[in-house]
Parts: sequence; structure tokens; C-alpha cells
Amino acid sequence: MKKILIILFFKLFLINKSFALIEIDITRGNLDPLPIAVSPLHVDIKSENYEGIKIKKLGEDISKIIEVNFRATGLFNPLKKDAFVQKPDIAHLKPRFEDWRLIKAQALVTGKLLVKDGKLKVEFRLWDLAAAKEMTALAFTTTPSNWRRVAHIISDKIYERLTGEEGYFDTRIIYVAESGPKNQRVKKLAIMDQDGANTKYLTLGNELVLTPRFNPTNQMVTYMSYFRNMPRVYLLDIETGTQEVVGNFPGMTFAPRFSPDGKKIVMSFAKDGNSDIYTMDLDSRVVERITDHSSIDTSPSFSPDGKFIAFNSDRSGLQQIYVMRSDGSGVKRITFGNGIYGTPVWSPRGDLIAFTKMRKGRFYIGVMRIDGSGERLLTENYYQEAPSWSPNGRVLVFYRETKSGSKGEGFSAKLWSIDITGYNERRLQTATDASDPSWSSLLSK
Amino acid sequence: MIFNKNLKNILLVIFATLILSACSTAQKSGNIDGDVYTGKETVKYLASGVPDRIFFATNKSSLTTASRATLRKQATYLRKNKNLSVTIEGHADERGTREYNLALGERRANAARDYLMTYGISGKRISVISYGKEKPVNPASTPLAWSQNRRSVTVKVN
Repeated sequence: MKKILIILFFKLFLINKSFALIEIDITRGNLDPLPIAVSPLHVDIKSENYEGIKIKKLGEDISKIIEVNFRATGLFNPLKKDAFVQKPDIAHLKPRFEDWRLIKAQALVTGKLLVKDGKLKVEFRLWDLAAAKEMTALAFTTTPSNWRRVAHIISDKIYERLTGEEGYFDTRIIYVAESGPKNQRVKKLAIMDQDGANTKYLTLGNELVLTPRFNPTNQMVTYMSYFRNMPRVYLLDIETGTQEVVGNFPGMTFAPRFSPDGKKIVMSFAKDGNSDIYTMDLDSRVVERITDHSSIDTSPSFSPDGKFIAFNSDRSGLQQIYVMRSDGSGVKRITFGNGIYGTPVWSPRGDLIAFTKMRKGRFYIGVMRIDGSGERLLTENYYQEAPSWSPNGRVLVFYRETKSGSKGEGFSAKLWSIDITGYNERRLQTATDASDPSWSSLLSK
Repeated sequence: MIFNKNLKNILLVIFATLILSACSTAQKSGNIDGDVYTGKETVKYLASGVPDRIFFATNKSSLTTASRATLRKQATYLRKNKNLSVTIEGHADERGTREYNLALGERRANAARDYLMTYGISGKRISVISYGKEKPVNPASTPLAWSQNRRSVTVKVN
């Protein structure tokens, strides 16, 4: 993955810290998205052709990706380009603010690019139209084949400037691609950009694979595979494609996740009908048993500081969520509401735990504080589970299955996302049916 | 008032229809006791009169009276065929989270294995594997299908 982005040159022109008139509050549902004009980036006429890239359209293509990203947040309303009043190159130098205000834009993005000597040079500016000034600007150089990532990085910078929060566009999602009838499903590991582009399959579908999760640097994935009919946790290096079994357990291991420092894998090991939680240190290979209880303990997830583990257990009779210190001490039940609870996942900010709740035959994705208080159910459906956090802790991605008919017809599994405000529920575009999503951290940081 | 009376009648008719349709579904799923499947529809046989599978209640791995009877037949069969090894596959229905269901399937398969062992079958002859909710035998989204999918299946290995 390293070779995908080599930012050769990364230069901050100017960050204008002065008071801007526009800002977006993302702590609540936004019913009045900010009108923003994304001008096509001006393509320098000195640009040279580069293998497989339509240089003349590149500026427009980049602006379109930025618009799709912005629209998907629910916070922005990208305006139609046919109303634009200035040519891209002229607007980039200095917009006629009053003309852009006429089409009701409050913010304007302009930019230009040059492809020369096998390099793509891009710069962009974000303008506050009401205050009539530049808010931020950035220039960088990369390889032309990275042009989609350029669009995502620009989106992240603008999102950051307007919301005060880190963006989540230059990211990927790893998931399980599904095909075939419901009782003979073929499952493959797949990876795609956050916006659904660049789908790649990492396994061939010869064996059942489940629950892939990224490590903090997004180069490794841990997942479960039924290779040779031995269900075990595996480790996969995305760049080299090498795979290995994690540990030497005499039975099924499952539900793996990385520790926040990436050094350990926490997972369940099932033996004689009892599943407990274990960790394995990837360097020393030392295995530690974390829980020792006759009930099912599974779906462990570390807190971002590595000090705690949330998990679900049926030790009270039905599945509930518990939190313990990462050495297994101080186990405390945190869910007491009506219904059963599973798949706790700690927010990257550390303040919330996302979960799946089952009640009266319906499935909910929700969030609660880490002591179990303040439960908020974000979405209800026939079947949905397995939330995974965007790196800024503002959006959850999960999968949803539909009810099927008597022969299994009508069955589908798709990825969805929702803001933790409970607004902006959206289906993610995937090439096939999909489940078990895991969101990467920002690729360039 | 007249309108109210009409409305009441309409509601009564709707209720009656609901009750009737509830009756008809109950009849169709007459092969469920509690929510444990008791029918034969999906059952295969290791040998004549030896069913290959047992069924479980939602979220449970305890053995019913019928399940124990089935497992005793399997034990007798395994005692007679001393060179035979089996794998017990544990399964769950689709109405639970994936990871929990993997554990639940393992617990169900082990419940069957433990019972066979109390009837004198060596644990070395019985391996277990859980498929969680990944391999439904009935792909429908109905209580009947779910009850058929909550199962452990004894499969001959050699």
C-alpha cells in the first residue's frame, strides 16, 4: 500500500486562521446542508498525457469525486455546475465573490493541476464567499495514478476546515463480498475505496472467510477463514498477499481484532463448547487467556488507549455487553436495557461504544457511553449488525440483510452507513453483495 | 357515531382475519414444539432408523428428550461400527450476530458430542466444527426455517 501514495512534495501555502463566517456544526443532524460550489480544477495546457488517464477531463473528474464525498456527508449541498459563473482558472486566481453569492453558494472550491514529467501537481483553495476571503489552500505533488486519492485528500482538508473535525474520505473499507444462493454463499475478502471505487478481491472464494479487520496502519488484516475446514483466525499482509494462521490453537478461533498499537490480536477461542477471549502478541507469539468463564465470551474490542476491552457474553443468560481491563480484571456488565446486545465496538475517540441490539425480532445499530448510559438507537431493521467506525468517530458502517422467501429468494446483504446523530442513512455502493465491513484509518496522515 | 360503529365492525373483521391467519400458520408449523423443530423434513439418516441431526431452541444448546433419543441411536450405531469416526457440525439460525452464532454452533455441537461420550463413544472418534449461521439448510426467513437451521448434524468422516 506504501507505493500507492508517495507524496513527493507537500506544502502548506497558507492556513487562514482568522474568523470565518461559515462553519458547520456536526454534533446534531444537519437539515440545512451548506451550499458549496466545487469548480472543476483548471487543467494546465502544458499537461502531458499519462497512461490511461484522460488528462483533459481530470480537473472535472476530481471535482466530481469531491462533490460525491460532500453530498454523502449530508452536511454539504454541492451546487450544479451549469450555474457556475466563472471559468475555473480565473476563479482560482480570485473569485468574483458577489457573482458566486448570487447562485447562493456559501463556499467555493477552486484549483488547478499540471501533469508533467510523470508527476501530478495539484493545488486548491477554499473560499469563504460571505467573508470574501480565502480560508485554506494547499499544493502537493504525487503520481498521476493517485488522482482519485488527490480528490479524497482535498475533500478531507475542506471537511476539516469547515467542520473542525478530521475527515474520512481518504480511507478504504475491507469487507466480505458475497455471491450465490443463500444456502451456498461464496464469500471473498474484498477491499475498496470508501466511495466504492477500486474494488479488489483478496481471496478467491474457495473457502469461507468472515470478519476482516484492519490493523492501525492499514497494511495488515486479521480475519477468520475455514481454510482446510479448520476455522481459524488469520493474518494477511495486503501488500505481499502472505497469509498465516494466528497462534496454534487446538480448535476454532474467531472474532479477531487488533489492539490499538497493532501489536496484539484479541479474539475468541472455542473449546469443549466454551468460548473465551485470548490475546496473542504478534512479535513474541505469547498467548494470554483474558477471560475464563463457562459462558460464551466473544466479539472483543479494545478501547483506543488499549486499557480496556469491551465484549459480549451470555453469562447472565442472554448476550449482554461487558467491559473489563485489558488483563481481564474488573469485568463489569454495562447493558441492562430490554433486549439482547452484541458486537460492541469502541469509538476511535474513546467516548462511545457502538453495538447491535436485538429486541422483539428487530435489529438495531446504536451507540452508548462506555459505562452503558445514554443509549441511542440509530437505525432499526429486519437484520443488521457489525458496526465499524469512520476514523473520525462520526459515521458508522454496518451490513444489513433482507428477509428472504421460501426458497431463499429476495435475500441480499448490503453495506450501509449512518451518522451517529441518527441522520444520513445511506447505502454504500459495492460491486457484489457485502457484509462484515471494517473501515480503515486515514491513509495519509 | 354511525361512523364509529362501522369502524368498530371493520376492526372486528380485521381482527377475525388476523386470528384466522394466525391459526393457519400455526397449523403449517405444527412440527415445532416450543420453538424446537420436531419434524423429519430436513433429516437424513446415518443408517436405517438413525437420524443424523438434532434441533435446538433459540439461543439454547440444551438437549430435548427427542434429541437425547436420537443421540442414543447414534451411540448404538457408533458402538456397532467401531472404525467409524464422525464430525458433528453445529449450526445457528440467521437471527443472531455472526460471531456469537459461531460460538453457539460450537456449543451445540459439543452438547451432542458430550452426550455421545456419556454413552461410551470415545471423544477421539468425534470432532466438532461450528458453521454458525453460515450454512442454513432452509434458506427461508420463517420461524419454521430457523427451527430447522438450529441444529447439530453428525456426519460420517470415513
